[in-house]
Formats: sequence, structure tokens, C-alpha cells
Amino acid sequence: MDGAPLLDVADLHVRFHTRTGIVEAVRGLSFALGREKLGVVGESGSGKSMTGRAILGLVPPPGEVTASRLAFKGRDLRTLAGPELRALRGRHISMVLQDPKFSLNPVMRVGDQIAEAYRQHHRVNRRDAHARSIAMLEKVRIRDARRVYDLYPHEVSGGMGQRIMIAMMLIPEPDVIIADEPTSALDVTVQMQVLAILDDLVTERGMGLIFISHDLALVGSFCDRVLVMYGGRVMETLAARDLAHATHPYTRGLLSCLPQLDKPTAVLPTLTRDPSWMGS
Amino acid sequence: MTFARTTKLFGREIAAVAVTFLGLLLVTFFIGRVVPIDPVLAAVGDRAPAEVYERVKVELGLHLPLYEQFWLYLKKIAQGDLGRSVLTSNTVLADIGRVFPATLELATLGTIIGVSIGVPAGVLAAIHRGTWIDQVVRVVGLFGFSVPVFWLGLMGLLVFYRILGVVGGPGRLGVAFEDIVDPITGVILLDAALRGEWEVFRNAFSHLILPACVLGYFSLAYVSRMTRSFMLEQLRQEYVTTARVKGLPERRVVWRHALGNAMVPLITVIALSYANLLEGSVLTETVFAWPGLGRYITNSLLNADMNAVLGGTLVVGAVFIGLNLLADILYRLVDPRAR
Amino acid sequence: MSTRAWLLAPTPGSRLQSRLGQAYLRWLAFRTNPLACVGLAIVVLLLLAALLAPWIATHDPLAQSLGRRLLPPSAAHYFGTDALGRDIFSRVVHGARITLVVVLLVVVTVGPIGLLVGTTAGYAGGWIDTALMRVTDIFLAFPRLILALAFVAALGPGIENAVIAIAFTAWPPYARVARAEALVIRNADYIAAVRLQGASPVRIVLRHVMPLCVPSLIVRSTLDMAGIILTAAGLGFLGLGAQPPLPEWGAMIAAGREFIFDQWWVATAPGVAICVVALGFNLLGDGLRDVLDPKQGQ
Repeated sequence: MDGAPLLDVADLHVRFHTRTGIVEAVRGLSFALGREKLGVVGESGSGKSMTGRAILGLVPPPGEVTASRLAFKGRDLRTLAGPELRALRGRHISMVLQDPKFSLNPVMRVGDQIAEAYRQHHRVNRRDAHARSIAMLEKVRIRDARRVYDLYPHEVSGGMGQRIMIAMMLIPEPDVIIADEPTSALDVTVQMQVLAILDDLVTERGMGLIFISHDLALVGSFCDRVLVMYGGRVMETLAARDLAHATHPYTRGLLSCLPQLDKPTAVLPTLTRDPSWMGS
Repeated sequence: MTFARTTKLFGREIAAVAVTFLGLLLVTFFIGRVVPIDPVLAAVGDRAPAEVYERVKVELGLHLPLYEQFWLYLKKIAQGDLGRSVLTSNTVLADIGRVFPATLELATLGTIIGVSIGVPAGVLAAIHRGTWIDQVVRVVGLFGFSVPVFWLGLMGLLVFYRILGVVGGPGRLGVAFEDIVDPITGVILLDAALRGEWEVFRNAFSHLILPACVLGYFSLAYVSRMTRSFMLEQLRQEYVTTARVKGLPERRVVWRHALGNAMVPLITVIALSYANLLEGSVLTETVFAWPGLGRYITNSLLNADMNAVLGGTLVVGAVFIGLNLLADILYRLVDPRAR
Repeated sequence: MSTRAWLLAPTPGSRLQSRLGQAYLRWLAFRTNPLACVGLAIVVLLLLAALLAPWIATHDPLAQSLGRRLLPPSAAHYFGTDALGRDIFSRVVHGARITLVVVLLVVVTVGPIGLLVGTTAGYAGGWIDTALMRVTDIFLAFPRLILALAFVAALGPGIENAVIAIAFTAWPPYARVARAEALVIRNADYIAAVRLQGASPVRIVLRHVMPLCVPSLIVRSTLDMAGIILTAAGLGFLGLGAQPPLPEWGAMIAAGREFIFDQWWVATAPGVAICVVALGFNLLGDGLRDVLDPKQGQ
């Protein structure tokens, strides 16, 4: 980490007020992100996706976000008005969503969606935005970018869709990118390919990456640091290389649930969860 | 588009249209020939002497078995022969050709009014869901589903013509303006504009605006309600989040991304509402003494002029089917996934 | 144990208790929707007006009094009098009976037809489904009102014929709704269980598929009632529905048409009655949809 963190989050809460009471999705999460790759791991419902959305101010109503600190490069995100927040979204903090089948606008050409992201933050004419979008498509290793530009989302494969998504989110050159399960919806065969592209671009541009995933092994091999979440709280934060020596029982539990080729077991253990983890 | 591609794309639709049209013919035939206890009596009246009765019975082909009668009916329709109106003693086809533009004018302007207010109202209701805006749009919409069109027309005449005097009264033109403009299209607004008769144009518009608004209100009620529900569905979609993550202003997220997708099903709704207005014109035209297809049908109805009634029904039905087909085609053009 | 606790018991002791408990929960949800409650109140009011018409009405709805024609609203005649000196208030109240009878007759005719066609198509599938749905689609593509008009024109005017004509054109949406339900139910495991026990298709459709389609159809018909009222009023307005001197609301508007500019009340009162009742059914239907059919509720 160099100098001040890009993102500084302390005591983040996300609550939903429903008819049956208050549901807390995130309870007192704190972390700092530098120009590094931070993995956020947890089971479904652990609040990891809501964390990403809370940072961008995109928790849908009736959700409510509070934090004692929520800052990007020293700017307090909690006090930003709508237009300032929008100027920040995409331009400085961006997010790759899970499934390109749903996250791309089905009735708009994919190239136009990329160019739209660029033109929102840079004063350029149509032709320049077009050229830049094609260059960006090539950067995510799409061959024949000119042809792909004119395709609609349903005409591209999942892997290509996610590369288009990455291109769209990286074209305004943000400092922080949040990737919310970016490969979970993809075929196993293209997962690594998409990850490699994301890795290259993040490293090349020196961005901060928050990689949200349920896949502990993947996060361990891909990220610098890992943050393990359960029930809306952080169980443990540790360097990825130390994952094998994790001390927290939940992390150990997650690790022992993974099948290992070199150590076959007849029955995989199931997770045991200790209610005391949920206490303060 | 080449013919082969067209048939490949729309072959199913065209077949469906053919079947539906055949069904329509069956139903009108059924209503004309089977439902009346004595179709001959319906045609000649009950005071006709016996030999006239017999002659008409043979003329109408009523001595033949039903399937042969239907075949004859189909052959006549195929030749564009809808029979002769007892009331006007013209052919029904010529009568309809004369009155149809007036109805088209009314329904088109009504749809334009309804869509141009209904779509934005539905969008606003969806993005301000649960607020007073939503409630207002909901109640205005529900009221549109609850008020009889002919009564709303009467009340409109009372308030805007009689009391406020801001619109022209019943009819398409004031008496002083009749027969100034030679018809070109039959749509008076267009004809007056084409001939440069702006006085006539103004007068025609003052007569048109009230019935068009009354019809437009029904279109508005339907369109705003459907727009709201389509928009709520679209605003839940992931791509809307994507658009927001990109930092797009909310205006663009809603009106371009979400509405762009909601337009796909909305096209069908708009086509349907246009068809409904053509039908609603039956009652509206009676109230406004509007010389269109609707009034033609009701006039014939009251005079037991079955040829004219069934001819009118057939034409409206055919327009319905055509609009359905048009909606299908437009749907394909708007939605890249359906191409 | 209080009634409320009994109704809300998490483990009901009998089928009846469970059913009543479900109904009570729905009622609790329904009650939170003020507009739906307004709708319910209007419909109840309509029922009361129809039932108690002779006692509510201040005059004989058919009694003419040419000396008292076209009087404006007053304490003696709440809504004024019409061209034949009849009391409009009493006519509107008695008109509720006609409206209610028409609506009920249409729904009672159309519901079972739609249910039968829809469930048969949905459960049977294959060519039966294709054929039945094609017929339904054909009817759906028709202009309903005009078809009903032509039908009455052929049958001759009258209230029974109006009912037949409306029913003739109103059943296809019901068949659609029932089919959509049946398609889902068909693949449920308990249907497979019944089938394995050797139940005949007819029995399965009648005893197991149809009852489950009923809630959707109730919602559909409540929402449809406003449309039926409006169609019936339209036919009446054109002189094709109930015949004079019956106090049918549409026909009353038609009778008031020639006096609209000077004796506006003649056409206004029955029009307001139609609006209020139709709005009541629409509000009620909307509320019922949210409670009975959470899939479609927003």
C-alpha cells in the first residue's frame, strides 16, 4: 500500500426496513483499500454484494446506509449530493456486475453502451468516442472489435459479454473497480481468461480492485489480501498467501469444505457456524 | 427486405392473420344468417307479400345448406361485395369508404393525445412509486376504466361547449364552413391544410378537439397504467444498475435505458389502445354527431340495416387484426432479440 | 383462546381452521389498502341499494307525472325528475338491480366457460390446447363492443340478449387466465400423485385443477365487472339493452341526452352512478389482486 488509501470505510451498516422489522445486511464493516487487489469472500447472504453497492450509493430503497467513515481519496462520500456522486461513479469508482446476460441493456448495441460510459465523463465527439470504444474492446482482447461494436448483448457469448462489461467499466479510467462475482455466471473454461484480462488491466493502470466472490480458492490465488465475511461482519482479514494458515474457525471451515485433488476424502465436512460470531 | 426473408420472418404471423380473419368471417356470417330467427324477414320487413319473401329468400341463397351459404358469402367478400345498405341504398363498401376517414381522424388524434400524456405519466408514477404522483396517476387511470365514454362526452359538451364555449359543438364543422373544402383525403384537417383554408382548419380543429380528448383520455388511462407496470419491472433489472454505475444521470437511466426496454411491450399496448379507440368511437360519434364509421354502424343498427352493420363490424374487425399484425411487426423491429 | 389467536395459530388443528386463518391473513393484508376498502364499501353499497331498493326509493320509479317533468334537484326529488316526471333518484336506486343482475348473469355464464376451456386446454396440452387457444385468440382479436352490438342487433334488443351478447364476447380472457394457471398446476407433484393413484383426467381437471384456478378467475372477473357494466350501459345507451320503461342507467343517460344543455341533471345522475359503481369494482379488483395473486401484485 502506498500512502493514503483510495477507499476508507469504517463501521459500515446497510439496513432494510421491512414490514416484518429491520434486516441488517451489513453490520459494522471496516476496511481500507489501496492500489491493491482485495478479495471479499463470503457465502450468499453474507452482505458482500451490498458492501459494493453501498460504496457507490446504489443500495435500492428501502435500504439505508450508515458509516462512521466512508471516504474516497479523502472525500467524504456520505455528504456528496446526487450530481457529485454521479460524477464520481464510473469516472473514479466503477463496478463489474455478475451476469452480462442481465447487466447489459438488451436493446442497445454493446459498443454504444461503452461509448456512452466514456462520453459521460469525457468531452469528446461521437467519432472519437467510437474510436476509443473500439480500442477498449481490443484491450479486453476482443478480435474483430469493429464487428462486435454493432452487436446486441444477446448476440455475444457470456465470456465476451463480461469482457464488454469490463471494457465499459474501465473506459473512463477509474481508480477503483469493484467486481461483484464477475466470473460466477460464466463457463469454467472462460473464467480464467476473463480474470486474466481483468488482472492485466488493473495491474497495468495501478487501480484498486475489490473482488467480491464466494470462491475462496479463486480469491486466494488472485488477490493480494482477503477479507472473510459472515452475516454482514468481517470475520478475518489476512494476506492471501497466509490463507492456508488462517486462524479463524469460519475461514478454516470454509477451506476444509473445498475438495482437494491431492487429499481425497470420502465425505466433505459441512460448515459449522457459531452464533457467537454474530455478537458484538 | 426480400420477399423470401419476409415470409420466413413473418410467415407464422401471416398464417395466424389468415386464420383469424376466417374466424371473423365465420362469426359475422353466424350473426347475419344463423342468429336472426328469420334473416329474410330481417331483410324485407314483416309486411312484404309472400312472393317477395320467396324471391328474397332465393336471392339471399337461404334455401341452400349452411356451408354452401358460407362459401357464397366468402366469394362475395373476396370480391369486396359487402351488400347494399337498405338505409342509404349505396353499397356498404362505398358508404364505409366515405365515413371511415372521419373515424380515423378522431381515433388517431385521440391516440396521439393519450400516448403523449399517458407514457410520461406512467413513467413518473413508476419512478415516484407510492407517492402522491403515483396515486394521482393511478386514480386518473382507474377512473378512465370506470367512466362511460358516451357520458363523459355529454358532460364535456355541457362544460366546454355550452358553459365555457371554448370548443365547437357536435359535428365535424360549423354549418357556415361546410362544403368549402373539396375532399382529398377525407380527413378534414389535412384537406384544409393542403388547400390552405386555415379558417376551415381552425373550425374543424375546434370541433375535433373535444371528442379527441374524450377518446384520448381512455387511451391515456390504459397506456399510463401499462407504462407504470412495465417501467416498474424494467427498473428492477440489472442493466439499470449498470447504467447508474456508469454515472449516467437518473434522467438518462429512466428515459433512455429503462423506457427503451419498456417500449418493446408498450408498442403492443399502444396498437391495442388505438384499436380500442376505433371501437370506442361507436359510442363517442353518436354523442358528438360525428359522421364516422361508428355512427354509421349505430344508425344502421337502429334501422335494422344488417348488411351495413355486418359490413362495419367486418371492417373494424379487419382493422383490429391488421393492428395486431402491425404490433407484432413493430415488436420485431424494436426488440433486437426478436429479429 | 381468542378468535384472533385461533385464526392465526401457526399449526392449525383442522382444514377449516387453516382455511379460515388464511382468509383472515388475507383480510388483514386487504385492510391495509385504503383504496381497496373504498371499493369494497361501494360494492357493498350497491348490493344494499339493489336489495333494499323499494325501501330506499322515495317514489315509484315508473310513476309518471307530466305536471312535474324536468324539475331540478330538490328536497322532494333529490336528483330531479325526467321528461316524464319520474323521480330520478328512485330510478337510479332501482337501476342498481338491473346493473347487478346483468353483471352477475354475465359472470356466471362466462366464468365456467372460461374455466372449462382454459383448464382443458392447459391440462390436456397438445393439439387440444393449440386448437382451443387458437379459437380464443381469434375471439380476443375481435372488437368486443361492436361484435356485441351486431349480435344484439341480430337477436333483437332486450336485457337477456344483451347479457348473451356480452357473454359471447367476454369469455376469452377468462380462458387465458385459467389456462395459464392450469399449465403451472399440471406439472405440480401432487397432480402427479393423484394421477398415480389412478384418477381419470376428467376427475383431475374437475377436482384438482379447476378449484385452484378459481382465485385468479375471481380477481379477473372483479376487474372485468367494470367493463361489463360499461358495455351493458353502452348497449342501453344505444337502445339495445333494457327497454323502456325499465330504469337502466345507460338508457336513462340516452333519455337525458336531448336535455343535456338545459336540464343537465337528467343525464348526470345515472352517469355518476355508473362511474361510482364501476370505480368500486375496479378498486376492489385491484385490492383483491394484490392479496389473492401476489405474483402479479407489485
